Amino acid sequence: MGPPLLNPVPKSLSPAGLTRGVAVQISGVRHVFPGGVEAIRRVDLDIAPGEFVALLGPSGCGKSTLLRLVAGLDEPTAGRVEVDAAAGSDDGRPLDRRADVACVFQDAHLLPWRTALHNAALPLELRGVPSADRLSAAAAALAAVGLGGAEHRYPAQLSGGMRMRVSIARALVTRPRLLLMDEPFAALDEITRQRLDDLLRRLWADTGATVLFVTHSTQEAVFLATRAVVMSGRPGRVVLDRPIDLPRERSADLRADVAFARHAGAVYAALERGEAVPA
Amino acid sequence: MDEPNDPQPHGRRRSLLIRHVLPPLVPLVAVLAGAELAVRLGWVESYLLPPPTAVARSLAADWRELSRATVNTAVAAAAGFALSAVVGVAAAVGLASSAWARRAFYPYAVFFQTVPIVAVAPLLVIWVGYGLPTAAAAAFIVSLFPVVANALAGLRATDPALLDLFRLYGAGRAATLLKLRLPAALPQVLTGLRVAGGLAVIGAIVGEFIGGNGSLGDVITSALTQQRNAKVFAAVLLASLLGLGLFGAINAASRLALRNWHASERDVR
Repeated sequence: MGPPLLNPVPKSLSPAGLTRGVAVQISGVRHVFPGGVEAIRRVDLDIAPGEFVALLGPSGCGKSTLLRLVAGLDEPTAGRVEVDAAAGSDDGRPLDRRADVACVFQDAHLLPWRTALHNAALPLELRGVPSADRLSAAAAALAAVGLGGAEHRYPAQLSGGMRMRVSIARALVTRPRLLLMDEPFAALDEITRQRLDDLLRRLWADTGATVLFVTHSTQEAVFLATRAVVMSGRPGRVVLDRPIDLPRERSADLRADVAFARHAGAVYAALERGEAVPA
Repeated sequence: MDEPNDPQPHGRRRSLLIRHVLPPLVPLVAVLAGAELAVRLGWVESYLLPPPTAVARSLAADWRELSRATVNTAVAAAAGFALSAVVGVAAAVGLASSAWARRAFYPYAVFFQTVPIVAVAPLLVIWVGYGLPTAAAAAFIVSLFPVVANALAGLRATDPALLDLFRLYGAGRAATLLKLRLPAALPQVLTGLRVAGGLAVIGAIVGEFIGGNGSLGDVITSALTQQRNAKVFAAVLLASLLGLGLFGAINAASRLALRNWHASERDVR
């Protein structure tokens, strides 16, 4: 696998330890697909700046749809999704969805004809950042995810875990204040997944971004998040909203802790309940 | 599959030769020897099938005329092919941009594939003039459709998640086209060009049957009327080699363009 994850987040990614995350308000959101299928019945969710929210639920419960709504890729049928720029911003600049929101999908979705470096630089390139600036930012982002030295390799020459790291680097390169992740590690093996969980925890702690993280794994949710939200089967509603009050510093042996198991059990029970709710 | 430790580079080159160059030569030599034998032993009359040695003699005797004709045909085919590549990809970009455009124009793109080029060639002579223009126009007409069809298929198959990503990062239509959709469609575009290359040579020669002037197509027709079958075969051989050459050039370009990222061109040895 890749090099150890001891690389500190470089200066260019971490602005003076201030919370940069944004608040997200999801109020009364209902979403119906064009075909008439109701994906989300009603979701209200207030996310505070800098929170790490894990979103769980059975397949097809509208988790990914909710993420797309927050990203602004789709408009909700009813209700409102607001990404509040003012809250938690350190410099008061208005929120620019293009710059301040980043997505990581289940697959890495890299451009296969570009090297890792040019893939990571893509968001800056699309925003017209000069070549030298965007490449140095991309190199810093790759170093932050432990891929220093792999800049000039093509996706086809990288392992699945490394491709996902490039995908995370690409998301981080704009220094987003809101990071949306849709089961990013679901396709990876257990060891790689735990390493990337560790990495993500560290990056979140260093950047202070707000994270909305969709996952199927209760273990992953409890390990990563400061709050777990469980949705019911389609049409989706929130059936559990539980703060994960574990220490901010989380290491691998936390997974063997009693408190960890208690949280995981509660989340798992809610998942089962949600599954049983009749549509 | 490779011999794991092959210390001598020239030994490696030799094995490459044996594995890749030799195999296609075996049937060639067998067929040529068979044809020669069949004519020499009197099984086939030589006016029906000129023996390979006679074709070789004709190649040597008429080399000046044949080589000039090959160059002329090559220029016509390459011109028609280049026009197809540019017009075809541009048309595909237009067609991919909207369902309305596809409904309005795609039937006419199909028309280019179904047009009987032999029947149209006399018209081409009238429209664009004798010689090179007719041959190039015929090459263009027959090679356009595979470029359009393949490029369109490629442009419409862009990964929706990547389109979302570009949208999320605020990319405009032009940036999305140049940085995502066209490069993503490149493998299919190159497949279309590969098919188009062979067709362009055929189209050029058909055009030259009717309106040629010192090129392979009219060399073939005039040699036929003079019953110089060995010369016909020599010209046909050169036309095939021309098609192969164009195909090889496109393959080389494709390999160069895709070697780092596309499965079709990776680790091919």
